[in-house]
Amino acid sequence: MGVKMQGHHHLVAVSLNEQQLGTKRKYRSYVPRTNQGKYLILWIIVFGFAAIHVYRSIDAEHQQRIQEGLVSMCDQRARMLQDQFSVCVNHVHALAVLVSTFHYYKNPSVIDQDTFAEYTARTAFERPLLSGVAYAPRVLNSEREDFESQHGGTIRTMANKEPSPHRDEYAPVIFSQETVSYLNLLDMMSGEEDRENILRARSTGKAVLTSPFKLLGSHHLGVVLTIPVYKSKLPPNASVRDRIEATAGYLGGAFDVESLVENLLGQLAGNQEIIVKVYDVTNTSDHLIMYGRQTQEGDPTRVHVSRLDFGDPYRKHHMTCRYLHEAPISRTAMITAVLGYVIVILVGYMFYTGAIHIVQVEDDFDTMQKLKVRAEAADVAKSQFLATVSHEIRTPMNGILGMLALLLDTDLSSTQRDYAQTAQACGRALITLINEVLDRAKIEAGKLELEAVPFDLRSILDDVLSLFSEKSRNKGIELAVLVSDKVPQIVMGDPGRFRQVITNLVGNSVKFTEQGHIFVQVHLAEHSKAVQDAKLESCMNGRSNGPQSKTLSGREAADDRNNWDRFKHLIADEEFPFQVLTSDGNSQNVNLMVSVEDTGIGIPLHAQELVFMPFMQADSSTSRHYGGTGIGLSISKCLVELMGGHISFISRPQIGSTFSFTAKFTRCEKNTVADLKRSLYDDLPTSFKGMKATVVDTKPVRAAVTRYHLKRLGVSVDVVNSIKTAVLGSCSCSGQPDMILVEKDVWLSGDDLNNVPVFGNKLKSPKMILLATNVTGGELDKAKAAGFSDTLIMKPLRASMVAACLQQVLGTGKAEQGKVMANGSVYLRGLLLGKKILVVDDNRVNRRVAAGALKKFGAEVECAESGKAALDLLQIPHGFDACFMDIQMPEMDGFEATRRIRKMEEKLNEQQDGCCENRTWHLPILAMTADVIQATFEECQKSGMDGYVSKPFQEENLYQEVAKFFESKPATDS
Amino acid sequence: MEQNHTKRQIKVTRNSLFEQGYLDEQFTQLEDLQDDANPNFVEEIVTSFFSDSTRLIRNVETALENYPLDFCKLDDYMHQFMGSSSSIGAKKVRNECTQFQEYCKARNDDGCIRAFQRVKQEHATLKRKLEAYFQVSL
Repeated sequence: MGVKMQGHHHLVAVSLNEQQLGTKRKYRSYVPRTNQGKYLILWIIVFGFAAIHVYRSIDAEHQQRIQEGLVSMCDQRARMLQDQFSVCVNHVHALAVLVSTFHYYKNPSVIDQDTFAEYTARTAFERPLLSGVAYAPRVLNSEREDFESQHGGTIRTMANKEPSPHRDEYAPVIFSQETVSYLNLLDMMSGEEDRENILRARSTGKAVLTSPFKLLGSHHLGVVLTIPVYKSKLPPNASVRDRIEATAGYLGGAFDVESLVENLLGQLAGNQEIIVKVYDVTNTSDHLIMYGRQTQEGDPTRVHVSRLDFGDPYRKHHMTCRYLHEAPISRTAMITAVLGYVIVILVGYMFYTGAIHIVQVEDDFDTMQKLKVRAEAADVAKSQFLATVSHEIRTPMNGILGMLALLLDTDLSSTQRDYAQTAQACGRALITLINEVLDRAKIEAGKLELEAVPFDLRSILDDVLSLFSEKSRNKGIELAVLVSDKVPQIVMGDPGRFRQVITNLVGNSVKFTEQGHIFVQVHLAEHSKAVQDAKLESCMNGRSNGPQSKTLSGREAADDRNNWDRFKHLIADEEFPFQVLTSDGNSQNVNLMVSVEDTGIGIPLHAQELVFMPFMQADSSTSRHYGGTGIGLSISKCLVELMGGHISFISRPQIGSTFSFTAKFTRCEKNTVADLKRSLYDDLPTSFKGMKATVVDTKPVRAAVTRYHLKRLGVSVDVVNSIKTAVLGSCSCSGQPDMILVEKDVWLSGDDLNNVPVFGNKLKSPKMILLATNVTGGELDKAKAAGFSDTLIMKPLRASMVAACLQQVLGTGKAEQGKVMANGSVYLRGLLLGKKILVVDDNRVNRRVAAGALKKFGAEVECAESGKAALDLLQIPHGFDACFMDIQMPEMDGFEATRRIRKMEEKLNEQQDGCCENRTWHLPILAMTADVIQATFEECQKSGMDGYVSKPFQEENLYQEVAKFFESKPATDS
Repeated sequence: MEQNHTKRQIKVTRNSLFEQGYLDEQFTQLEDLQDDANPNFVEEIVTSFFSDSTRLIRNVETALENYPLDFCKLDDYMHQFMGSSSSIGAKKVRNECTQFQEYCKARNDDGCIRAFQRVKQEHATLKRKLEAYFQVSL
């Protein structure tokens, strides 16, 4: 049911996420999302109109200029024509005056035809427009005969040159220019036009013009100008009748308008471009053409009409001008408009494609975002799922493991046992895996937060080492740790996670290393880097003697910068420990550089990139051979990154790998350090301070490790190459060492103790201690025989373990048996030594066994056989440091007893509240049970117990539980 | 020579106890606890185990005579029995005790009685063997 509910919960979470997907886009779009095509067309049309407008406005100017040109040309022509015309008219007027003066006022007349012809011919240049002039007197019908006789001819009509029929009056030509001599005696009044002209002229007394007609003698159009000649001078206001009466004759001349205009135009520029026509518009409905062809030609659109005044008020003339060709289209306007339009269209198109592109990109972006949200949701869901499932799997797995443990306790055949053990091993592996997956899921879900608590780095490293000591010893691998003295004792950070990373790295190394060494180093990152840089140069200069024998075990390591050459620089300035806060002494951050070097199988080159990917292993064959899931490194990477560092590695196949990572911690406040030191600093005994030791080792790195551990105990160390030197040195020098530590291989290489002077005669001889990774029984016997009667320290070295061994050797002074359990039990001993512990169990046998075990670890044990008895013993104040309580007891079981004890303590604590000595009572109580099922643990906690241990005791389990409160709590008895 | 022979015999006897499944590693741990301070620790423990267990067996026998069976009481006795037997590493006895407890839980009269017979039998066998072993080793 629980699982189902969980699943449902997931669904809800996921669907919630999907609801978020539905929310609208958060950004505003500035481009139209649809109908871009329509916008483009609208754009094109609008700017089309704009272009036309531009064209028109530019063209209008152009047109106006053309029109102005036409007007000016036309007016010019008209004026010139008019001027010339009036000049001619004036001259004819002068002739009229001449005639009247010399023909009528003089008597007899001084003008005859010859004179007239002569004069007119000579003055013809004055009248270029007139083809000729002639004078015709007014002859009444009564005077016809006299006239005819006088001039010796008959008056003829103009039409057919026949003698004129009878009329009231005549106007026969008597004087004529030579050019028109054919007019002689022709009656001017016989022509309709001329007659009207004559009548009008004499009534007005002014020059008058006929309408245009075809001139006699030429086919040109022309007009006839007629000016009256009076016999007497007339007053200016003479009446029409007076004028008619006074009329003596008429002077006329024919204007050849066509040739006249032709000549005139020929003189002017721009003659070709323009078509000129001259009309007589006296009759407004019927315009008579005087010049130019009747047909319409030229540009019909542009016409200019100029008025012409030829001095005859009765007649009206005008001149029309047209261009011969239509005005050319204005190029500038056209080009401007078209180019502009094209540009605008292009811009529009650009906008259009841009908009389409933007919309597309926005859509894509939108889709991407949705997908991203979905992917994230899926990722979260996955992590949640993993977390839940892992958690859910763990519960039944614990049941399975518990049951398997029980099953193994039953009577099984060897095959069955084998099966069951395999199943249990698999189950354990599965639990480990699930825990790792859970970790990863937590990291991915961002739920993993690092603690920031003060912790002691060195003791953590020691712990990790102790975890792997068994394995490494079995394999014969040298496992060592060294922490630079520059690294502060206590730093703030997450000890659990730091331990996890180290454990993972060291675990991997142990797994993949068959021989050689595993070496964990911790330095300050800045320092390490500086040394590395400095070292690189010297490395370049001379690689004299290869990397052999420069590492911990003498085997070559992947990162050969890590060898002794560099190493001695790293530890060089550590001769004065704890004067360390040099360069970055003020900064609160401690950047640590941790490296784990092994001489294992290495990582194949092709797989090196994948190492930190989850579930990737270098090689599938690897996992078949070595097991494991490959998730550890990826978790380590995440953790390291959470700690503000990064992890990297150097690896050479078949030579080894060196993983190194940096991590950021903060320095502890100075004043708190002092407080914490006591509690956190693993209670290394201080009794060795000031002692001297000589380490006999040919391998400098290994010697440095030994020195590091001894130094932590306050022992000053000399390193020498052979036992002989050590012994001799100890003899000769003033300060005799308190102990001599000899590496096994140095000893085995032949440097026998028998050959050196024995200290037997001296009062206080140095203790001989053998350091070894693994020792066979034979070797042990041999060692004893050789003089290492004092002790054997099994590697890996840990300060606390070394301390315990030394305590045994030096503190007690009595000859212990040679071998000291060098694993957890020593550590347990360190924890339990001198502690007063109460064991409560109703079963006599159990009680004795438990007491015996605890006593072995140095604890002072008292027993109680029932809950009641325990309560009596635990009446406050009491001197117990811890209590181991059986759960199932008659009368009062462990839970009940614990509850009562807690109640008691509570009461007392309340009473003491005001008191100055504010010591809260809380006795650590551990349940002893054969049940390993989780439920029991919860029950334990509920009733106020601090933990539980399995019964009978298993060292590992006991250590774990005891360490929980003896580590976190300062020893009360100190 | 004589001593060596005895030593070997002790070793063989001890090994056979392990191989036949009478004892398990808990017994080894007991042996580890034995040192100069407590030279006879193991024997003391074993002796007290047998005196305890004999009393318990008597109690169980009495309880089994009463009818109907008081399974609670039986279970309690057996728990004690099992605790002490696992403390000394008496594997077979402990397994039989577990069996007994199972029957108790199932409230199976016949099963309990049969299981108890086997417990007694194993207990007796172990007692005999261990006595022999300590005889030799001393």
